[in-house]
Amino acid sequence: MDEYLLLMRLDLLTKEAQPSPEQMQVYMKQYQDWVGGIAAQNKFGGGTGLSTEGKVLKANNVMTDGPFAEIKESIAGFIIVKADSFEEAATMARACPILQGEGNSVEVRKVVKVDNTR
Amino acid sequence: MDNGQLIPHLFRTEYRKIVSVLCRHFGFAHIETAEDLASDTFLTAAQTWGIKGIPQNPVAWLYNVAKNKARNHVQRDALFDKKIAPDLKTGGEGSQELDIDLSPENINDSQLQMMFAICHPSIPVESQIGLSLRILCGFGIEEIADAFLTNKETINKRLFRAREKLREANIPIALPAPAAIDTRLTTVLKTIYLLFNEGYYSLGPTNTLRKELCYEAMRLCTMLVEHPPTNRPAVNALLSLMCFHASRFDARLNAAGELILYDEQDTNLWNTDLISKGGYFLHCAASGPTLSQYHLEAGIAYWNTRKDDSKEKWESILQLYNQLLQIEYSPIAALNRTYALSKANGREAAIVEAEKLQLTNHHFYYLLLGELYTGIDQAKSLQYFQQALLLARTDAERQAIQKKLRSL
Repeated sequence: MDEYLLLMRLDLLTKEAQPSPEQMQVYMKQYQDWVGGIAAQNKFGGGTGLSTEGKVLKANNVMTDGPFAEIKESIAGFIIVKADSFEEAATMARACPILQGEGNSVEVRKVVKVDNTR
Repeated sequence: MDNGQLIPHLFRTEYRKIVSVLCRHFGFAHIETAEDLASDTFLTAAQTWGIKGIPQNPVAWLYNVAKNKARNHVQRDALFDKKIAPDLKTGGEGSQELDIDLSPENINDSQLQMMFAICHPSIPVESQIGLSLRILCGFGIEEIADAFLTNKETINKRLFRAREKLREANIPIALPAPAAIDTRLTTVLKTIYLLFNEGYYSLGPTNTLRKELCYEAMRLCTMLVEHPPTNRPAVNALLSLMCFHASRFDARLNAAGELILYDEQDTNLWNTDLISKGGYFLHCAASGPTLSQYHLEAGIAYWNTRKDDSKEKWESILQLYNQLLQIEYSPIAALNRTYALSKANGREAAIVEAEKLQLTNHHFYYLLLGELYTGIDQAKSLQYFQQALLLARTDAERQAIQKKLRSL
């Protein structure tokens, strides 16, 4: 069984995108039910949500506050899942509740195993 | 209490204290000596009390005899070993002065230190439990064999190897340094947890023995809570969990020793005293940022002591299982989580999740599916209950499933 990284991206910073506390509670439940379902299949390999603070370092010794990127969506969290195939990992990712939001995305990447047994 | 009851009773409470103190005094190298001296003390008591009657203070009598026996042993040993091992350590300034300290403080310290020494990661878990039962709980070899559903020879061999290993590894009998306490506690807590589960879940041993295993686990955990350096959140969480579970001890088995399912238990038999104790220790466990497996299990156990069938109850249980499974997966937790999901999010959602579990060698898996399909698809429900029946391991389980089948 291989490990796959699910990288969740959504708009964390735009004011209009901020959920109300009640909405947030609903989102958290949906998220936990999703991760719990993966863990119940013994396919959870680790990972967590991230806080909205961050720093970005660049090659020319420039550091900026806050995430991030040239796009509106920033990384909101990541989990590692165990799956037999890319398709299986993608099926798990498809059920991720953040995909109910417009513009949000989940990126699925296979973790390359380094053989350090030799 | 007459002689016939008094000695077994004192053996249960005092043997472990004498062994711990002697063992700490002599070191692991002489663990069998410590056990032999303690057993010998009780043998002498049985013989002497039978003739002369029970002394006024039996415990003090036992301690005195144990001390004398230890002193004699060391003197004999010193004489014998003089030529072979002149530098043998016999407890400080000379064997004549040997002082075995059987004060309550030293007994307590010795038992705590022995707990850490025995639950050392260098020996396998079942050896840790076996040795704990022998040395920390004063169980006889036969009782340990019964608890593990095996014979005396196997247990003797297992304990022998474990002692050998601890000797070879030169494990010190001491509390770990403050910085290492949490890490070392992990193994100690795991042993206590398994000891409790052995009593609570195994269907083998007699009811009395099983209850005793649970109470011993709770007693060891209580010792850790009462000792400030080991009074850590996870320790309180484990004690809380055991109190909540133990509160249902009398309700979960009928007179014939058969398991009564949670839904069908007589809630009047739940022990409210233990429930409030569980609540107290859960509160103590909430200090600090640690969230251990025991915290989550104690939380689930707490909700299970609530008799109402509310939305809040099942939603809380579901979220605790979601977290628990991310820390520590087990098939039973996965099945229980799916049951909570059906109560919180509805049966359709739970069926989808249940079918992903594929725990096809567990009869509980088919029992859950049969339950979820009841009223939705009778044919499927029937088929799953029948599959559960094929996989059930005990008569009690088969009877429970047949009852379900008849009610369909």
